[in-house]
Amino acid sequence: MLTQFVTVLIFVAIIGCILYGRRLIKTEKVDAVFGNPERAKGGTHWIIVGSSAILLIWLYYSWDIAKGFYPKSANELCQVAKVNESLLGLKYQFPIEEREFKSTSIIKIENKNLERVANEIQSSPDLSDQQKNILVGYINQTKQLIPLLTNEDLMEMSTKLEIKELTEQIKILSSNFQKKDYPFETAEQKIERQNAISEQGSWGIITVRTGTGSIENTIEVPMVPETNRGLKFHVAAEELKIINDKFFKLRNHNPQFKNSIKKIKDEIKAYRKSLNDTDEVASTYAKDIVKIARRIEYASIYPPTALNQMKTAIIEFDNTQKDQQGGLRLVDIILFPAGTIVSSGTSCSEQGSGRWLPKPSDTFNKFILMSKPSVGYKNIPLLWIDMIDVSSIVGFVLPDWFADILPGEYPIHTNDGVVEQNFKGQVLKIVTGDFKLFKIPVPYGHIWDSFLRVFLGLVFGIIIGVPLGLFMGLNRFAKGFFDPLIELYRPVPPLAWAPLIISVLGIDNTGKVFLLFMVSLSIMIISARAGASGTQLSKIHAAHSLGASKKQILRHVIFPNSLPEILTGIRVAVGMCWGTLVAAEFLAGTTGIGFVENVAKKYFQYEVIWITIFIMGMLGLLFDITLRKIIDKTIPWRGKG
Amino acid sequence: MSDLVSQNLNMIFKSPKGETVHALKDVSFTLKKGELLTVLGPSGCGKTTLLNIAAGFLRPTSGKITLNEKEIDGPGVERGMVFQQGALFEWLTVAENVNFGLRMKKESHEVTAKKVEEWLDIVGLKGFGNTPTYQLSGGMQQRVALARCLINDPDLILMDEPLGALDALTREKMQSLVLKIWKETGKTIILITHSVEEALLLGERLYVMAPRPGRIHKEYNLPFAEMGLKEDLREIKKNKEFSSKREEILSMIWNMEEEIMGKEN
Repeated sequence: MLTQFVTVLIFVAIIGCILYGRRLIKTEKVDAVFGNPERAKGGTHWIIVGSSAILLIWLYYSWDIAKGFYPKSANELCQVAKVNESLLGLKYQFPIEEREFKSTSIIKIENKNLERVANEIQSSPDLSDQQKNILVGYINQTKQLIPLLTNEDLMEMSTKLEIKELTEQIKILSSNFQKKDYPFETAEQKIERQNAISEQGSWGIITVRTGTGSIENTIEVPMVPETNRGLKFHVAAEELKIINDKFFKLRNHNPQFKNSIKKIKDEIKAYRKSLNDTDEVASTYAKDIVKIARRIEYASIYPPTALNQMKTAIIEFDNTQKDQQGGLRLVDIILFPAGTIVSSGTSCSEQGSGRWLPKPSDTFNKFILMSKPSVGYKNIPLLWIDMIDVSSIVGFVLPDWFADILPGEYPIHTNDGVVEQNFKGQVLKIVTGDFKLFKIPVPYGHIWDSFLRVFLGLVFGIIIGVPLGLFMGLNRFAKGFFDPLIELYRPVPPLAWAPLIISVLGIDNTGKVFLLFMVSLSIMIISARAGASGTQLSKIHAAHSLGASKKQILRHVIFPNSLPEILTGIRVAVGMCWGTLVAAEFLAGTTGIGFVENVAKKYFQYEVIWITIFIMGMLGLLFDITLRKIIDKTIPWRGKG
Repeated sequence: MSDLVSQNLNMIFKSPKGETVHALKDVSFTLKKGELLTVLGPSGCGKTTLLNIAAGFLRPTSGKITLNEKEIDGPGVERGMVFQQGALFEWLTVAENVNFGLRMKKESHEVTAKKVEEWLDIVGLKGFGNTPTYQLSGGMQQRVALARCLINDPDLILMDEPLGALDALTREKMQSLVLKIWKETGKTIILITHSVEEALLLGERLYVMAPRPGRIHKEYNLPFAEMGLKEDLREIKKNKEFSSKREEILSMIWNMEEEIMGKEN
């Protein structure tokens, strides 16, 4: 319902905005000069057209428009796919979609194989002449099998009758298929089918496994036919399957062929037994010849005209079923671009863009579902708040050795088995967080974890990088001393460090924060250094002659003068950290957005993959906008000095 | 005695390639308290070097320079400096720029605020205290730079082409302002300039310097600065003596330039 509304809205918006844009061009005073940048300003209507086009392409190629306007189409196409699947084996016997008869191509292939083996035998140095003669004799015998199968005169009457019977069955199915009340479903069958329909759910439904709270894969396309048209195809597919099975059980073996093949098999068997261990090569070739003979035995090789009537019947049925699809064929061609619904035995699935490009409506629903803290992903919400006692934070922040260095001893239990608390013990309780105070809300979840890692890596990078960078910008020793160190690790892609750092510092936060610290450190050092060394000498001179000390110049002149570079560096570092973090979370970890995407990839949860992509994009954008706002607020003088 | 005394100043720069440049050679002069000295010369004659030595940013290769009989050794509050581009701290407001020196000395807020008001009034920037510096025009920036320098009450004010980057109209106004401040405060001022007219108008004394090696070529004692305090500056420019002096100095500098070109060819 929402999809339909959005689709119509998009069409209206695109057409409206294009018309508005055209009118604007006409009414605007047309300037004669090409390349006036003023003309590129203020094009909100074109922004609407652009974003609508993206959304429309998404809706279209994810088949969400098909789902919105024809929600039953996938189920019906599934039934059609079943028919196609059943027809496939029969069709392949004839040059309907293939170039030649199946029999022809098998004969060609096996003749070629026999020739190849014959050549190998003739040129083999490991075979005696006698052995060669025997083996070539077998090959000739095997070749003689094929005419026994393709001679229409030798064909058994019973086989001919069975083929005729199958042909009749296909013809009856064709004529029945066109009848309105086919497949003559009884009331009981109908009730049974409707029960199955109510249980199976609809196209692309999301199921949440109760208890664990994890999201399971979607049922892509429901199997049980929901419409009368679908039912027709479903039943026809089943009937065809029976015909198909019967046909492939059928063997075109006449008594002469049976005798010949038995003779070949027995002779080769006896020959192989007579061979010594040293004649392994001859034995292998004999085995190869038997294999080819067996393949000829089990392939459906028929005389050239024996299946003509059957072929006509199958083509007739194929045309009939295509006619009966009616409007569904159009829906399939137009609204299922770049793929369609296919059936493979136990299930129907989307194949093509509809598979890897999740439908916006499904993605939205899944996102809403995942946002619920009780669902989340892998039992961890995306972003939620937990009430945590202040004590645990205090215990985390204060180091435990704080209590150890106090004078005195920890309390020892007395003879009565009582422990009397003393001051040192009290302090230990505080630094280990063993007390109750009040609870405060603390955010947690995948998004928060990723955010926190970037934030901590960045903060450590700034705290250490900025002073070091300023120092390096002002001092020859610092520049020379630290430069090799930084230039040695900076050009290495951060991810190249990841396996090492993760295996040393662990897959949890420590390793990732350290990796991000490395990323941000080099950027912060370089930007702070550039800021410091870019300070105009006249400003420092002015500060000097105004009586500022070295410290004051650093604090009041060089630092504020470097701020634009430092803040730009932070902006670059955030981007780099964000990219590195997601990739690092791919490598190892148990939480974080990158982790979610990696797990979703393993289970082919395309919706989740796209949701994580969106979240990452949005968070990246949020970081950048926030920093841009901060930059505009704190250094309005940038570029105007 | 609060004189600026320079004795046989020599400044030799060595480039990394080993070439030596004799920027100043045996420069000696004495500047009495309250005098306004303008220094004129073609580029490369060592004007700025001389100023930087007086400010204490450079140490002379040989020779001595003293202010109030104290040798100049490094920058100090008693010698204020005004730069060509103002060299204002653009992250601060006008008032914060002006009170920079006092803040560094950790003066009390009331005293600072009062002095800033006073000086902004003198340089004609009353009410601009909270304006961000980067929003000011070039002339206003130079006024801030003047106030910032003067609020520290220096004995000597060094001006390195302070009006060089200004348009003609603003420049004329600023010239009057410099004269006014010189009169009212009685400070010793050294002003370096490219403009012959400016040097003549403002200078009580005028040194014309010559390049290679940098030295004082000729010294003038001029009446125009005194006149400028009473008369309109444009009237002085019409003065016959003014024009003849201007022509004389211009041809002198012209010859120097010719000489350099000849040397190079």
